[in-house]
Amino acid sequence: MLLELSSEQELFRETTAKFLDEHVAPGALRTLRDDPAGFDEKYWRLGADLGWTSLLVSEEHGGGTISGRGPVDLGVIAYEFGRHAAPGPLVATNVVAAALSAAGNDAHAAVIGDLLSGASIASWGFGEPRPNGGVGTSALDIRVQGTEFTLNGVKRPVESAGQARHLLVTGRTGEGLTQLLVPADAAGVSIAPMRTVDLTRRFSVVTFDDVRVPADALVGEVGRADDQVEHQLQLALVMLSAEAVGAMQTAFDMTVEWAFDRYTFGRPLASYQALKHRLADMKGWLEASHAISDAAAEAVASGSPDAAELVSVAKAFIGEYGSELMHECVQMHGGIGVTFEHDLHLVLRRHTVNRALYGTPAEHRQRIADLLEEREVPT
Amino acid sequence: MSPAEMQDLESFRERARAWVREHLRPVGPLALTLRNERDDEEELAAVERDREIQRMLFEAGLAGICFPPEYGGQGLSPAHQVALNEELTGYEFASRLQSPTFSPCAAVLLEFGTEEQKHRHIPAILKGEEIWMQLLSEPTGGSDVAGALTTAIRDGDEWILNGSKVWTTGAWWSDWGLCLARTNSDVPKHRGLTVFMLPIRQPSIEVHRIEMLNGNREFCQEFLADVRVPDSDRIGDVDQGWTVGTRWMFHERMGYNSPLITIPPGTTRGGAAVGSMLTVARDAGRLHDATARDLVGEARMLEVVGRELHQRLGRGIATGTMSDQCSAIGRVFTGTVAPRRTTIEFELAGAAGAAWTDDDGDVAECGMDFLMRQTACIGGGTTEMARNVVSERVLGMPREPTLDRDVAFRDVLRNPSVRP
Repeated sequence: MLLELSSEQELFRETTAKFLDEHVAPGALRTLRDDPAGFDEKYWRLGADLGWTSLLVSEEHGGGTISGRGPVDLGVIAYEFGRHAAPGPLVATNVVAAALSAAGNDAHAAVIGDLLSGASIASWGFGEPRPNGGVGTSALDIRVQGTEFTLNGVKRPVESAGQARHLLVTGRTGEGLTQLLVPADAAGVSIAPMRTVDLTRRFSVVTFDDVRVPADALVGEVGRADDQVEHQLQLALVMLSAEAVGAMQTAFDMTVEWAFDRYTFGRPLASYQALKHRLADMKGWLEASHAISDAAAEAVASGSPDAAELVSVAKAFIGEYGSELMHECVQMHGGIGVTFEHDLHLVLRRHTVNRALYGTPAEHRQRIADLLEEREVPT
Repeated sequence: MSPAEMQDLESFRERARAWVREHLRPVGPLALTLRNERDDEEELAAVERDREIQRMLFEAGLAGICFPPEYGGQGLSPAHQVALNEELTGYEFASRLQSPTFSPCAAVLLEFGTEEQKHRHIPAILKGEEIWMQLLSEPTGGSDVAGALTTAIRDGDEWILNGSKVWTTGAWWSDWGLCLARTNSDVPKHRGLTVFMLPIRQPSIEVHRIEMLNGNREFCQEFLADVRVPDSDRIGDVDQGWTVGTRWMFHERMGYNSPLITIPPGTTRGGAAVGSMLTVARDAGRLHDATARDLVGEARMLEVVGRELHQRLGRGIATGTMSDQCSAIGRVFTGTVAPRRTTIEFELAGAAGAAWTDDDGDVAECGMDFLMRQTACIGGGTTEMARNVVSERVLGMPREPTLDRDVAFRDVLRNPSVRP
């Protein structure tokens, strides 16, 4: 997280941190284990009041930022979400809110309003079954038929699809990408829940079988959504990365504390050089993760030309080295680190889910190489 | 930063940009490695060019951005230094004068030198007239710096130094040295040290060039035999050398993040010599091989993350949100990343890592880099020492037990070969 928050950002962070401490302490998270939604509607509405869903929405549409740089502010909230392994579709709802606000289709003003107030949530249908999905191509078929669009295809995993009132669906119209806002209860949409490692996040397979939506479902332009989709991906990666860093921070803090408190052979774990040196390495990975996560948020916020690279570097590094850190934390806890009773798994789960979503470290390494080649090797 | 300061910074940047483009030669990306690339004549010519560049910077008012004006510096902010560094991207710069001359040597002088010492040396350093070395490590032990065996014995207004120092880069073409010596063996090791400065080119100092396993001969060892140093060239108080030494090593750990150093961003030290692994993959004919691209992506990832981490640490330490000791976090991280990048480079090279020709482009020499891989984890303080600093000084964990802390230095056990 940012080294120096402005006083407004700090107040904003602290308010959310306190709220999460109160509402979703580890005990509360455990009780949500079998909850179909994984979060409470009232909790989400209160969070929306704190500004969780307004940061990527223009003032004209009722949103607003703290610092003028929405992705940076949202990164602060996502970091707190990660630190607490907090429930709720933060990534999904914010991506959709950002996309709708940017496209500025008047027909979607009411949906934006509901997302801002927390009255409803929305989710983004981006990933698809192999060989598509990840950071690769969307193949879901979108056809223009008269004044309507028809959708056919499968999206997975779609976060909180079972609770979402609307789905932003990314699909292909011939050569280019098209995005549509589809009511989750539209005829032909079927939503099948999936199993997941996270305690409170929920994912589904969403199948579109000749789903018809009117012309005003369009978000952006037909066949020309590629840049829009890239921007949405960047926003998602900023949030996922910040959240993963929060999860790492909690695990690391717990483990350092444990190293001081746990005695073996008459001395604390913190006195063994074998462990001290590993914790020193982990501290480096942690600070590096903070640094790259912040740099990615800043680049996306300012529309910097290296934003695409920085989000992928963040996702690849935090995914790979972050997992090493999380599992080192488990290792240093010993057997208790893999029990349900201990709190460590709450953040381990969150980090693990985030590593796998929107492109694995290996997929992002390929993307980094692609971007490097575009820039450095003359064709 | 206020709008006025921002404007000042922007106009400074424009001035720096115009000057750099007019006076300096464009060059490809540079990595400061231990490759054996030049013969002595070429190396000496490169040193002369570095001095010339420094002189030109001084005359243009672009030397010593963060040095105080009373010693010939510009008295500007670290942000100005960053702006100059950025404008140097793609141009030659005085690479041999940065570390250790500006930092840690000049940094230590600024902090602990007398007015007279600073006036005598800092302007000369800023003009490229004096290249400094750190006479710190000794052959008997690199990491245990406070265990120095080089002695300094008082003789009237002078000190007489005897001993040996090692791992001084380019001492054979340098001018001055900062030297840590033992002035009292009857007290515990940290309490009997004193810092001196001395000219390197003198009959009482023999500079021996060490040949590294790849043929590089930039590292030197010095033998000091009755070197006379006037007491006016002592830095800090007698027997208080560890106070100076602690800050000395802090400045060393700051590495290229020091605001006293002028270096284009992204210049790497140690590790793989090639800026982007993409050219290695290309010259190995593996640009379209998915495995190779994975490695290229990983190397680039590590490079970018390292850059961002160093910026975060530099900012945190400068603003006081992080302790000075946090510079060791960057040192540990570099020690993790650099060897991995070198391994990636070697892997990409394939069989050309074992045998190559001059026509092999960036694949050439990768095998040598791989042999020298660990230098990134050894030079400038080993990663093991930095891990101790991070765990003990940053995370507050118990110190390693030592057997030499409360014992007179003369009674401390040492290598059998040097026991009296």
